[in-house]
Amino acid sequence: MATVTAPLPDRVGRPGVAVARAARLGRGWRRWISPIAIVLLWELASKAGWLDPGTLAPPSDVISAARELLANGELQHHLWVSLGRVVKGLTLGVAAGTALALLAGLSRLGEDLIDPPVQMIRTVPVLALTPLFILWFGIGESTKVLLIALGTTFPVYLNTFAGIRGIDTRLIDAARTLGLGRTAIIRQVILPGALPGFLTGLRYSAGIAWLVLVVSEQINTTAGIGYLVTEARGAFRTDVIVMCLVIYGLLGLLTDFAVRTIERRALAWRPTFVGV
Amino acid sequence: MTALSSLTDAPVRLPAPLAQPVVDVVDARRSFGDHVVLDGVDLAIQPGEFVALLGRSGSGKSTLLRAIAGLDAETSGILSVPTRKAVAFQEHRLFPWMRVQDNVALGLPRAGRRAAAAQALEEVGLADKADVWPLTLSGGEAQRASLARALVREPELLLLDEPFGALDALTRIRMHALLVDLCRRHRPSVLLVTHDVDEAITLADRVLVLADGRLSLDLTVDIPAPREPTLPGFADLRHQLLRELGVELPAL
Repeated sequence: MATVTAPLPDRVGRPGVAVARAARLGRGWRRWISPIAIVLLWELASKAGWLDPGTLAPPSDVISAARELLANGELQHHLWVSLGRVVKGLTLGVAAGTALALLAGLSRLGEDLIDPPVQMIRTVPVLALTPLFILWFGIGESTKVLLIALGTTFPVYLNTFAGIRGIDTRLIDAARTLGLGRTAIIRQVILPGALPGFLTGLRYSAGIAWLVLVVSEQINTTAGIGYLVTEARGAFRTDVIVMCLVIYGLLGLLTDFAVRTIERRALAWRPTFVGV
Repeated sequence: MTALSSLTDAPVRLPAPLAQPVVDVVDARRSFGDHVVLDGVDLAIQPGEFVALLGRSGSGKSTLLRAIAGLDAETSGILSVPTRKAVAFQEHRLFPWMRVQDNVALGLPRAGRRAAAAQALEEVGLADKADVWPLTLSGGEAQRASLARALVREPELLLLDEPFGALDALTRIRMHALLVDLCRRHRPSVLLVTHDVDEAITLADRVLVLADGRLSLDLTVDIPAPREPTLPGFADLRHQLLRELGVELPAL
């Protein structure tokens, strides 16, 4: 971030003040210029007739589509359903990944029993399991939630496991000399030490959750953002399709922000490297 | 060894009758694969005695300390060690996710531990850093916090594994003074592992040299405190110790 270094004459309207203020707001705003320009260009191209609305609806149409669907309550309904699937799937997946990582990370026996099958299943793309899951769990909610759960288990497992095994043994020695027993060492040293790894896994998982949702929502649904997309495709409504894409993007951003907020709180002890 | 045992058995500074040693190590042995690190070490440390253990890199001095600290079950011959013991290592080994005071209080009984930690930090001059994260401390501060964490346990035996090795010369001098002061107040027995001959002579009542898996030298330091390298006897001791460590100096 640019900061003002030299004191400037405090006279309103003077160019010096304007420059100082621009420098202060500076980079934050500057980063918005090109995205806004792209959207404006896109709108302009549509209005000028270079871009057929059947191929790609202009931003203004996308906004009015969002307004329309918000007004009749459809958007909220579908958004809520999608969000519910992600929350359920992610919760299950993170819980399973953490539990497996703890079992494997804390004992050799656990590692030998758990790690090989997990590593094998991990290599199968989650979405390739969709047909099997449909056969097992039907075409209802369980398949979607469980696909998300499975997809989000592995990043949490891998990173938490690596986090546990990556703990400095010298710290564990130190804990032992302080008289800490096994349980206390796990609670006070191993779990906090593995937290950065866990949070990295959580961030990957959050991204994967949305990815799996998008695909699984396109098969046999009657609600959710993916259902909106499928319906819009049938009606050639590119404005609604683009709106849904934007919503997926925003939801992804939102989850990333949430995880980063958790990280900032939970890892406050870690001085962050901000670049050379 | 036989020539030395008469020395070991007669610590000059102790009141008669001889107290029960705090640390009793007889014929300690440890090897890593074919490599023998400890080849029959006998060591007794008396209550309140400050012992420095010198040795070259890889001589096994840290192995001996780890064994006495209870961190190495493979070493034989560790007959008795007090349960109330504490260790400070070369790296401070503070837990980065706990604030300094929580690091110091870790493992203490719940009742009164905050007050005890605060007092220990006060003693090492870190009262104003109680609430900060360890990774924001300087090297000297972190090492003082580590000392506070050891001393707050009121140990009968304080084990120091090159605790000042990574500090700059000025900080080290300040830490020596602090350690002497703390030891005078708490009177633990101390085993200091170091490769710094001057540090050993400055701080210890007795200096040992570990070479080829055995204690090859056992010297009582009879220089009045505060010890300065200029005091009579200092240079002589240093010479003797350095020679034992394989450093030949021109004759005095």
